[in-house]
Amino acid sequence: MSGMTPIVKVVARIVGGFVFLFGCYVILYGHLSPGGGFAGGAVLAAGFMLLRLAFGTTAKQEKSTSISSSVFESTGGLMFLLIAILGLFVGGYFFANLFPSFGTPGLLVSAGSIPLANIAIAIKVGAAVISVFVLLASTKYIFKE
Amino acid sequence: MADLVILLIFMVAAGIVAVEIKDLLASAIALGAVGFAVAIGFIRLAAPDLAIVQIVIEVLSVVFFVAVILKTTHVDSAAGRAYKGADIFTFVVFGVFAFVFIFFSVKLLLSFAPMDRALGPVANHYLTQGLAETGAVNRVTAVVLDYRALDTLGEATVLFTAVIGALSVLRLEGRKK
Repeated sequence: MSGMTPIVKVVARIVGGFVFLFGCYVILYGHLSPGGGFAGGAVLAAGFMLLRLAFGTTAKQEKSTSISSSVFESTGGLMFLLIAILGLFVGGYFFANLFPSFGTPGLLVSAGSIPLANIAIAIKVGAAVISVFVLLASTKYIFKE
Repeated sequence: MADLVILLIFMVAAGIVAVEIKDLLASAIALGAVGFAVAIGFIRLAAPDLAIVQIVIEVLSVVFFVAVILKTTHVDSAAGRAYKGADIFTFVVFGVFAFVFIFFSVKLLLSFAPMDRALGPVANHYLTQGLAETGAVNRVTAVVLDYRALDTLGEATVLFTAVIGALSVLRLEGRKK
């Protein structure tokens, strides 16, 4: 599969970086501005899909992406659970904020474990959306065999 | 409030178009119009966090639909046929359910305070004490990832289960020929 026309490829090459940058911004500034892990992860997955649809893939790439996105999804979920269980030990209850008064409110380093949880959720959601996309895209290889 | 009502009427109209039109591509685009109208409604109700998610997910789902329709067929074979007895029975049951549901929902909604005011002591606590207790300027994130983080865990579990279901149906490895 060789992807779409050169027009789409050139535009995707220019826009792709900005989409990933915006996704990272939405994730990292989730505790300051609208957005957060779920939205940012979905934006990252959308940028990934843009590049995949524009440039096309092979069966081997689909398989390796399928495996790595499963690994990333489990990692994100386990990170979120780890933050939750650390809260149980440090703060006394499940999902307690680990260091709520650390940093200055309104700056990037603030809000304790909320940015960490945002990053974990973003990895989890992004990898989940990507893996569903790759599964649906790779059905053509299943039915070809 | 009038702009919201116009938006809702537009959504209902686009939904009817999406169900009734024969061309599946036009139907998918009408469905996308409903989704973007939902996003505009979220912005109108001052919920940009939800609007971002809604726009991104709507773009993705429209891309999915269009990709599938371009690979298969444009024509909806089920459109335009006459409704049978079973169909009419389904319509009646669903209509009665929808009427009862909407009736009690509206009754409950009217008993709340207006939408731009905090609903009760819990919401007031989030608004007044949220910054001091969590340090997050964005109170939505403070609620989602601190006060109600268990709900977020449940949401993540739902997504995880959905991916596991898709994986078990559409996996590449271990299939018997």
